Amino acid sequence: MKISKSVLGGVTVATASALVLVGCSSSGSETDTSASTDGSASTGDAIIITNGSEPQNPLIPVATNETGGGKIVDALWAGLVYYDGDGAAHNEVAESITSDDSQTFTVTLKEGWTFTDGTPVLAHNFVDAWNWGADLANAELAYNSYFFEQIEGFSWDESVPEMSGLEVVDDLTFTITLANANAEFPLSLGYSAFYPMPDSFLEAEDKAAWGAAPVGNGIYTLADAADWQHDVQIELGVNPDYMGERELANDGLKIVFYATQDAAYADLLAGNVDVIDGIPDSAIATFETDLGDRAVNQPAAIFQSFTIPERLEHFSGEEGNLRRQALSMSINRDEITDVIYQGTRTPASDFTSPVISGWSDSVPGSEVLEYNPEKAAELWAEADAINAWTGTFQLGYNADGGHQTWVDAVVNSIKNTLGIEAEGAPYPTFAEFRTDISNGVIETAFRTGWQADYPSLENFLGPLYYTGAGSNDGDYSSEAFDTLIDEGRTASDPETAIEKFQEAQEVLFQDLPAIPLWYSNVTGGYAETVSNVVFDWHSVPLFYEITKN
Amino acid sequence: MLMYVVRRLLQAIPVFLGTTFLIYFMVFSMPGDPVLALFGDKTPNPAVLEAVRAQYNLDQPFFVQYLLYLKNLLTGNLGVTFSGQEVSEVFARAFPVTLKLVVMAVVIEFLLAVIIGLISGLRKGGIIDNTNLVVALVLSSVPPFVALFLAQYFIGIKLGWAPVTVGANATWGAMFLPALVIALTIYVTGMRLMRGSVIEAQNADYVRTASAKGLTRGRIVGVHVARNSLIPVITNTAASFGALIAGTTVTEGIFNIPGIGKVLFDAITRGENATVVTFVTILTIMYVIVNILVDLLYAVLDPRIRYV
Repeated sequence: MKISKSVLGGVTVATASALVLVGCSSSGSETDTSASTDGSASTGDAIIITNGSEPQNPLIPVATNETGGGKIVDALWAGLVYYDGDGAAHNEVAESITSDDSQTFTVTLKEGWTFTDGTPVLAHNFVDAWNWGADLANAELAYNSYFFEQIEGFSWDESVPEMSGLEVVDDLTFTITLANANAEFPLSLGYSAFYPMPDSFLEAEDKAAWGAAPVGNGIYTLADAADWQHDVQIELGVNPDYMGERELANDGLKIVFYATQDAAYADLLAGNVDVIDGIPDSAIATFETDLGDRAVNQPAAIFQSFTIPERLEHFSGEEGNLRRQALSMSINRDEITDVIYQGTRTPASDFTSPVISGWSDSVPGSEVLEYNPEKAAELWAEADAINAWTGTFQLGYNADGGHQTWVDAVVNSIKNTLGIEAEGAPYPTFAEFRTDISNGVIETAFRTGWQADYPSLENFLGPLYYTGAGSNDGDYSSEAFDTLIDEGRTASDPETAIEKFQEAQEVLFQDLPAIPLWYSNVTGGYAETVSNVVFDWHSVPLFYEITKN
Repeated sequence: MLMYVVRRLLQAIPVFLGTTFLIYFMVFSMPGDPVLALFGDKTPNPAVLEAVRAQYNLDQPFFVQYLLYLKNLLTGNLGVTFSGQEVSEVFARAFPVTLKLVVMAVVIEFLLAVIIGLISGLRKGGIIDNTNLVVALVLSSVPPFVALFLAQYFIGIKLGWAPVTVGANATWGAMFLPALVIALTIYVTGMRLMRGSVIEAQNADYVRTASAKGLTRGRIVGVHVARNSLIPVITNTAASFGALIAGTTVTEGIFNIPGIGKVLFDAITRGENATVVTFVTILTIMYVIVNILVDLLYAVLDPRIRYV
């Protein structure tokens, strides 16, 4: 017993070192090689320290819908595909994902993948995990179940233990049938809701308790549940059995849970933390001088806008259309992003985000996003000719999210350009704000934001503006838009799909259900202790690529 | 004496019920839906909302929720957080950290108040007394969070004399800087109280008697003046102990200390009723107990005070 254990241990160490060596040969770092030769990889000292927050939910991918837990889950699991720094999807556990009609997909898995408890990653680990996550009976934990909405057999009305659209063919093959064809569906398969789950989870009585000591198949692993000190930090070691093509360049990841971004930033300045993915408001004006070329400030897959529901007086029909355009043209986006945000927001030029492939800054109709006070006043007067303006233009927001400054700037811009009364309408808390929006009782325009779940134009459009879609807060409905989205989803190749989605955006530019404002940038920085820091399309650093100096 | 303690403890029961009810009521009437907020900008399907609400009894009317909570509380079940951890465990983890910080701050505050107050009182109007007054004015007019940020930036980041944040390393040493800063911003009240009673005591009959008896100056000051002047300072210190335990949110945020304040703040923003109510209830009970202890301490310090 003892002997076999040590033999196994030797094999593990060899594999781990080989992995680390492979990682180094490509990144050209020599320090790591020396760190890995003296013993097992998990005890190496190139541990990357970063900021985070205590997960709000158990560490189960389908139950994790916030960034604190998301960062950890993405380190612990590997899905069918992974996204590189530019948001392009590459096969990871999947050998291939094929389809003839964009409706039925055949997924074959690579052989040899295992979870960190030693059990193999097989087709049923995907299918059973997805079925569990999609089942309405598990909705109290499976917050991300809406990802499975497209799969045939999914239901919001009754508990469906096994969706008819998923079928295991053999150990390494399964098929997915969608209710409606969607060529972009494989793109979404890298999202955490689609991660495979080991048998220990599928058989666990108490899933929430399982989530306290999760077992995944990713680059990192939570070797011991005690490495997760709740409300304090979590330490992840290297998974020696990870066999994907992403090359690991360090010996582990420590995520420290900070109460405030200020505390994390203070630690970065003192060199106690290597990488942070958020700059506190108090340092926005100075962080680029403080950190020099170690400051990160680039557009993210986050789109900010405000939505004007059509049910508001003056905002429907021809009159509403003119007023929407006038409002859009009366906002000086360049000045606001510059003065208030010190360039940490990028003025919007469409309804998606520059980090998504297919993005364009010149979609026909996007001229309405340019500041044009004369034209705005002209359009507003035209609208007044149809039906004279009454009342005050109000823009609703939640006061607990630091929105007041820009809301005041936007309404002032509108007030000065159009000569009407305009003001912000604060709600004390985010919860209260969202409640009124979801119930459709908010009586003002209101701020809206969207962060993409997977890098696709469609993800910025379908969920927000498709008739009856979950996050269609303004209850927008356009037959032309819906048709173009459907055509894009069923297109046979990505180019055609992108074309259709851009045409759909043209419809949005005509109707302006929401007024695009700007893209949030990801702001962050790193210490002199590390190099090769790249923030991905999802605003999270690619931790596995980071090397310790 | 025993009767007094029992009576005070019995009085704590309505205080306990009143507090839980009030807090529960206030958390309940906070506008907005905490479950909806859990999903951020993405509105979940109604079916998911219902399931999550049912899990935390949030679909029940207020009184049913409150009674369910009381029933669980009395059977030793303090509820679970949204992440599935026992609230009692969360408290047990966070409380010792906060206690360490607060005990350290209170001890430093007490020592500063007593020593400086005593010296000032004994040399009323002297140069030490006047310097003291100026320093005290300056320190007490700096808002605590400003002092904390300045200390963190200069002593922590620039000079590197103390850890910048605490995090996992919640030792006495790591928390000395925040504790010292807290103490410096609050010792003034106690110091002025001490100074006042020392000045008063020096003119008291028993002190004159003591000098007339020919006792040494050290004995007069140590036993007669100082001891009798301690009562108001102790009351003040005990009051600040309670306030500090419940009010460390800002300090814990700045120095990233994983204590009650940090956890409570998270729970409030998340709308986790169970955590908020349980924490506040336990804090209330502690406040009551500390006050009983202080009242008992009076008898030790002042033989004229008797409890029956």
